Amino acid sequence: MENLIEKLKNIFEIKDAVIQRPDLCFATAKKEQTISLITHLRDYEGFSHFVLLSVVDWIEDKQFQLTYFLNNPTQKYDVAIRCIIDREEATMTSAHHLWKQIATYQRELKEMYGIEFPGSPRLNESFILEGWDNIPPMRRDFDTKKYAEETFFPRERPATNDPAEYMKSKLYPDE
Amino acid sequence: MSFFKIETDRSKYPQRDAEGKMQIDLDSGKYVKLWQGPNHPGVTGNMSIELTLAGDEIVEAKTHVGYLHRGFEKLIERRLFIQGMQTSIRMCVAEPDSNEYVYCACVEELSGIEIPEMAKWIRTLILEMARLQALLRVVPGQGGTFALGVGVQWGVYMRELILDRFEELTGARIYHMFMTPGGVRGLLPEGFKKRMEENLKEIDRFIDRIDNLMYNNAVFKKRSIDVAVIPPSWIDKYGIVGPVARSAGFKRDVRKDYPYLAYDQLDFEPKVMNHSDIYNRSRTRWHDLITTVDLIRQIMAKMPEKGVFKAETPNVLHWQIPRGETYVRSEASRGEYGLYMVTDGSDKPRRINLRGPSYNNAIAVLEDLLVGANIADVAAIMVSLQTCPPEIER
Repeated sequence: MENLIEKLKNIFEIKDAVIQRPDLCFATAKKEQTISLITHLRDYEGFSHFVLLSVVDWIEDKQFQLTYFLNNPTQKYDVAIRCIIDREEATMTSAHHLWKQIATYQRELKEMYGIEFPGSPRLNESFILEGWDNIPPMRRDFDTKKYAEETFFPRERPATNDPAEYMKSKLYPDE
Repeated sequence: MSFFKIETDRSKYPQRDAEGKMQIDLDSGKYVKLWQGPNHPGVTGNMSIELTLAGDEIVEAKTHVGYLHRGFEKLIERRLFIQGMQTSIRMCVAEPDSNEYVYCACVEELSGIEIPEMAKWIRTLILEMARLQALLRVVPGQGGTFALGVGVQWGVYMRELILDRFEELTGARIYHMFMTPGGVRGLLPEGFKKRMEENLKEIDRFIDRIDNLMYNNAVFKKRSIDVAVIPPSWIDKYGIVGPVARSAGFKRDVRKDYPYLAYDQLDFEPKVMNHSDIYNRSRTRWHDLITTVDLIRQIMAKMPEKGVFKAETPNVLHWQIPRGETYVRSEASRGEYGLYMVTDGSDKPRRINLRGPSYNNAIAVLEDLLVGANIADVAAIMVSLQTCPPEIER
């Protein structure tokens, strides 16, 4: 794993490499080099299986972290490439040409986080939500409770316990 | 001879343009739009497929999901780590124990907790029991898509036997939550192994009967052999995993490739075939059924009788995990099932993201596999991919 990171460092600008487990490492690439890097990993390093494309909303830093998980089925280890993009103008180069399922991930991320992937097929077709006119709901600043209270009529609910208080009384009665 | 003849002269059918998009003029009167689902006995849960037909041949298919989106990933971002358990397991109804495992394993890895040996064995047993009950539904379910309902009825009964054992062990039939960050909630009850063995003997007989009922059945074979073939080149291109990949000749099994829990102490070999049509995909799962029954027997024979089953964990109400991220995978009955968890030093996860095999199978694979198929085969093709909509729209 260390060898691979060193090898990649000679070609790409990589930082914050973390070997999480012997079979999993994370590394951050520059935005403009990310797609070249994962293409290189696919074509030259045997990472033929694309596992997952995910995003983390670091709202306090005004950043999105895109994470591309790639798996090498022969060597049996994973590399996760992080890519930091600006949260206010969230746009990333599309990778749909590399693996078929990436178009679906990008369509979901457009809907749930508002990240643009220009050129990605069916990007603007609704994926899960239909007729959504609010901010993308998976963003940290979208308040599900407030939205539900404003959107749906108030309903009588049976009396409930505060989960934290209830658990505390059951699990740690002396605390 | 095939029951359904596919027209070989393609000149009358819509052609693909330079970008590979199908050119379909709905006003020409040659095509019919048909929605299969969300309320249709032939769809595997709450999803629908928008089909464009020329005669009874499919020329375009689009998967639509969104009928059961519950926002679990978003909800868990607002829950304590311990509270995330009961939400995370509901992301997959068919086999919730894989969710339990990957969620617990992520929390433990990021907290630096090592679980006791006893907990590893009990978790392995639970995961195999979960695989068994899922396969008892899907293996005869493949026959059900060809109106062979007898096997489905048998399978429902056999599955109930395993749910009885789950109820005995955990107190619940579907959502067990017997795993907990740090280990499991208890040991096996007195006499559990004996009762499980009695159930397994019944299931052995069921497996033999299913072999005769389905795989030696002329109608089943005619409807499934050489239908919806997935070429080997699709496996990596579409991210296909599990039994679908194994039926195409790819030996992909997380239990073997990335041994977790007690799998490295078990003796088994996943079945690999070399032609991924409906028949072989179903046959691979039938072989998985045999492997799983054998694994449960091995686990019960090899696991220790007693021992510590849960490691020390912090106070669950104040459990904070330092900033970090990880991805943990397991092998569900459908294939690689993983969870990406990001923590930020607080008492709640910053982000969790589930990776289920259906995400690829039900959209990218299914949409392309259905083109050229017959309308009568849609349900069978879906079941052969074992699509599970809840894990698409978490």
